[in-house]
Amino acid sequence: MDSAISDATAERRDAALSATADNGLKIVVVGGFGVGKTTLVRSVSEIRPLNTEETMTQAGRGIDETGGLDGLRAKTSTTVAFDFGRITLDAHNVLYLFGAPGQERFWFLWDRLFSGTLGAVVLVDPRRIEDSWYAIDRLEHHGTPFIVARNDFGGSAHTAAQLREALDLDPGVPLVDCDARSRESSKNVLIALVEHLKTLYAAQETAK
Amino acid sequence: MSRPGRDDSPDRLYTLTQGRSRSAPDAPFDLVTLVVAESGPTPGMQSELAAILRMCELPTAVVEIAAELRLPVSITRILLSDLLDAGRISARHPRAAAGHSLPDPDILEQVLVGLRNL
Ligand SMILES: Nc1nc2c(ncn2[C@@H]2O[C@H](COP(=O)(O)OP(=O)(O)OP(=O)(O)O)[C@@H](O)[C@H]2O)c(=O)[nH]1
Ligand SMILES: [Mg+2]
Repeated sequence: MDSAISDATAERRDAALSATADNGLKIVVVGGFGVGKTTLVRSVSEIRPLNTEETMTQAGRGIDETGGLDGLRAKTSTTVAFDFGRITLDAHNVLYLFGAPGQERFWFLWDRLFSGTLGAVVLVDPRRIEDSWYAIDRLEHHGTPFIVARNDFGGSAHTAAQLREALDLDPGVPLVDCDARSRESSKNVLIALVEHLKTLYAAQETAK
Repeated sequence: MSRPGRDDSPDRLYTLTQGRSRSAPDAPFDLVTLVVAESGPTPGMQSELAAILRMCELPTAVVEIAAELRLPVSITRILLSDLLDAGRISARHPRAAAGHSLPDPDILEQVLVGLRNL
């Protein structure tokens, strides 16, 4: 039997990108605890979702900016964890999907981690709408384009219009339904986001 | 709070980066910058650096390297800057628009086609 280490090595080799891959792209899935972020990433990812973390200080600066050891010793550093998956789009483009917690401290790291992101999906559990208010706020603040995906946990009595109202959604922001456990449904959420980006781009061009 | 098996005590991170604090290459490593090894590990090389070179025989994103090494992204970036300075890796930075501008429609179309083919 192979050891766990060589299994891991073999798994990584199977998961390797093609030698021609040269352009990484990002989409972020954000939402409250337990809303289905990891599930959605897993549904569409070609690799088992991996977990990683970033360290920050209270001032929102990283250890790379605070004088290294001193910064670390100052005990002001906090760690935020996020998971990610991957979709090879073609010979050159590779899309990385990040599942990011919506909690407050995370947003200090947004620019450092997710600048240049194509856009975001805000996952909403219709039974706990208020959990997504903060994320929507921050995305608007950062000027990151996003759509809202209502995850189907069953038993939601809200109509789409009521949900829009409760989220105070701009009429231009698409609201779609999704079941994060379904690959097809999760894929359609991502497509809806990219279609939205195309619409925004077209509007921007006309405005010029 | 930390995952079991992860050792990210300040001392270890300090040793790994030899106390250097700043990585400021011309084009900073993005989470999705794809890294490719230009040479194999050499005997006696720091084990994390050797691991990166082995991992990057084929293009591998910064975030994948960090996850594999179980290191924070910022520490991983410092190690990568060293390897880049030494000419041991090359970096394929994302072409997507930086900052808040929208990516160009060609890229968006390519993403759509890729997603529809899933
Ligand atoms: N019914 C239903 N259950 C779902 C759906 N998406 C996720 N779940 C379940 O909800 C639970 C939480 O899902 P996760 O994907 O772990 O949620 P998360 O947002 O990553 O959670 P945290 O990372 O802990 O914040 C799991 O038991 C999932 O199986 C969905 O669309 N419908
Ligand atoms: Mg999760």
